[in-house]
Amino acid sequence: MIPDSFDYVTANSVPEALALLKEHGDDAKILAGGHSLIPLLRYRLAAPAVLIDINHIDGLEYLQETDGTLHIGALTREAELDASPLIRNRYPILYETAKNIADPVVRNWATVGGNLAHADPANDHPATMLALGALLVVEGPAGKRFIPVDEFFGENAFETTLQAGEMLTEIRVPAPTEGCGGAYLKLERKVGDYAIAGVAAYVRLDAAGLVTYAGIGLTNVGPAPIKARAAEQSLLGKPLDEHTIQQAADLAAAASQPTSDTRGPAEYKRAMVHTLCTRALNKAHARATGGA
Amino acid sequence: MSKHTIHVTINGTAYESTVDSRTLLVHWLRDDLRLTGTHIGCDTSSCGACTILVDGKATKSCTMFAVQADGRELQTVEGLEQNGQLHPLQEGFHEEHALQCGYCTPGMMMTGLALLQSNPNPTEEEIRVGISGNLCRCTGYVNIVKAIQYAGKKMREEQRSPVIAGEGGGE
Repeated sequence: MIPDSFDYVTANSVPEALALLKEHGDDAKILAGGHSLIPLLRYRLAAPAVLIDINHIDGLEYLQETDGTLHIGALTREAELDASPLIRNRYPILYETAKNIADPVVRNWATVGGNLAHADPANDHPATMLALGALLVVEGPAGKRFIPVDEFFGENAFETTLQAGEMLTEIRVPAPTEGCGGAYLKLERKVGDYAIAGVAAYVRLDAAGLVTYAGIGLTNVGPAPIKARAAEQSLLGKPLDEHTIQQAADLAAAASQPTSDTRGPAEYKRAMVHTLCTRALNKAHARATGGA
Repeated sequence: MSKHTIHVTINGTAYESTVDSRTLLVHWLRDDLRLTGTHIGCDTSSCGACTILVDGKATKSCTMFAVQADGRELQTVEGLEQNGQLHPLQEGFHEEHALQCGYCTPGMMMTGLALLQSNPNPTEEEIRVGISGNLCRCTGYVNIVKAIQYAGKKMREEQRSPVIAGEGGGE
């Protein structure tokens, strides 16, 4: 279908985008890569009066690791994560995430910020960023503020804690230190389809091999992106072994709230969360201890 | 609704046009400019039949508004053939019998072009990943992969001895 009518305006800087958001209020939507928004407009599931195109803003597309933090500009294309040696070598969990998003042509436009701000539980970055414990930088009428990613998503799909007039401008990810490792695994029927289930796991181990940080995020098995807190807690202070991984996978599966649909019955999806969580933790463990 | 005057270069030709903000790029190409080589399949960025190059990047033109193309350079399948000479990709699709119904072919060729421009000698696996956003419902992927390999080889040879590209040939 053809989208309903709207006005189109371009922002050439973040202040310009904020001014346009202020001017148009709730009637406006930000157009970044557009590969979630434009299909929604075409199905007429969304009909904003104004689209604010931010693709012309210089300086919102970057990947920089400084002072122990990876800074990702909100407008950074997934293809850039895909192609970046920094991401491939230092952040395999993000590399795997980018590789799993839609298809390579879509990734030429799709953005990291859009994947998060769209807050679709089927999107991949929410789970990964929940696992990594990312910090989101948001700019708005009151200036800049920081939202831990686990406080960003609402209880339902497409809901965030962004306030009126605010936009996501940067994602900050803690750089890996000694003993860190993560992985993202997704089960999908075909390239570009929504996940049957996906699990992101990130751990940090101390010198004795005990877990000092555990992050586990789940894709498309609930009304919103899920952080499997009980599973994370269960690992703290323990070694990653068959028993602890099994227990965490049990808790992650219990935290999932899948519904039955054409991608399978809820019971199957929950079982897949268990399997993927086990594999992701094993892979994270291998990476944290110097393996592949 | 807002209308916008846009300036877009397509296959080396400059176009000026006035479009509604909601006009999709693929509809502008096909309906206004009559560049109907770009196909519409799913219309929701799943199938890749509408793939063109925007500033050199493979792009699903059903998922971009025409107004977003303002100031940009596009390449469509119509731009592949030069002076009556088929592009190596077109030749490859012909030689390797890489089309059955042909509906996905323009998108496959444009995705193949972007792939070969960034990776002149891709492995079979890289080609398969590269075209994973382009669906062929005749499921003729084996020959599509061969056609892209054929084109890659020919493009690499032309790079080494650019006889076809220039009138004078050589350096």
